[in-house]
Amino acid sequence: MANQVNNEIRYLNPPTVEVKKKKYCRFKKAGIKYVDYKDAEFLKRFLNEQGKILPRRLTGTSLKFQKKVSQAVKRARHLALLPYVTDLLK
Amino acid sequence: MLKQYETVFIATPVLSETQMKEAVAKYLDLIKDNGGEVVYEQDWGLRKLAYPIQKKTTGFYHLIEFKANPEFIKTLEIQYRRDERIIRFLTFAMDKHAVAYAEKRRANQAEQK
Repeated sequence: MANQVNNEIRYLNPPTVEVKKKKYCRFKKAGIKYVDYKDAEFLKRFLNEQGKILPRRLTGTSLKFQKKVSQAVKRARHLALLPYVTDLLK
Repeated sequence: MLKQYETVFIATPVLSETQMKEAVAKYLDLIKDNGGEVVYEQDWGLRKLAYPIQKKTTGFYHLIEFKANPEFIKTLEIQYRRDERIIRFLTFAMDKHAVAYAEKRRANQAEQK
């Protein structure tokens, strides 16, 4: 029943299937071995507007480096280089 | 065995320049007395804090990279806690990647100067 209804629906323009961009771990690609907690500018790329750490599924980093990044961000927060929570970080 | 450590501490902005220097000198001597060796030292000066600590919004940041034996870290941190001028500190044991990174950073720091 469902598919009969389906083909009756005429789409104005064909539904664009979102092409899945292959995510890569930027640390492996760039060969970075150590995430520095003092470098707030670099760490900001892994935070969203509220200053929360972005999940791996969005940034695509591998588990090993995601842990290093989150450890570095927490150290930066301890040293008040990064805020724990804010509204407009970028 | 001497391991490499990196410590960053924030001093209250209320301090005058001389008191700040004296605080830094105190810790440098503390490291040297206990058989440590200061590898690198960098003063970030007065910086704005991301959130107020003890009702203060700015602080003097200071970074010290040094080699020391592990027991010394406990005494260093006790000193930090006792000292009211220091409002926050962080000591960090550096693995080989961190050491390599620090050297590279020092190299381009020297370039910039």
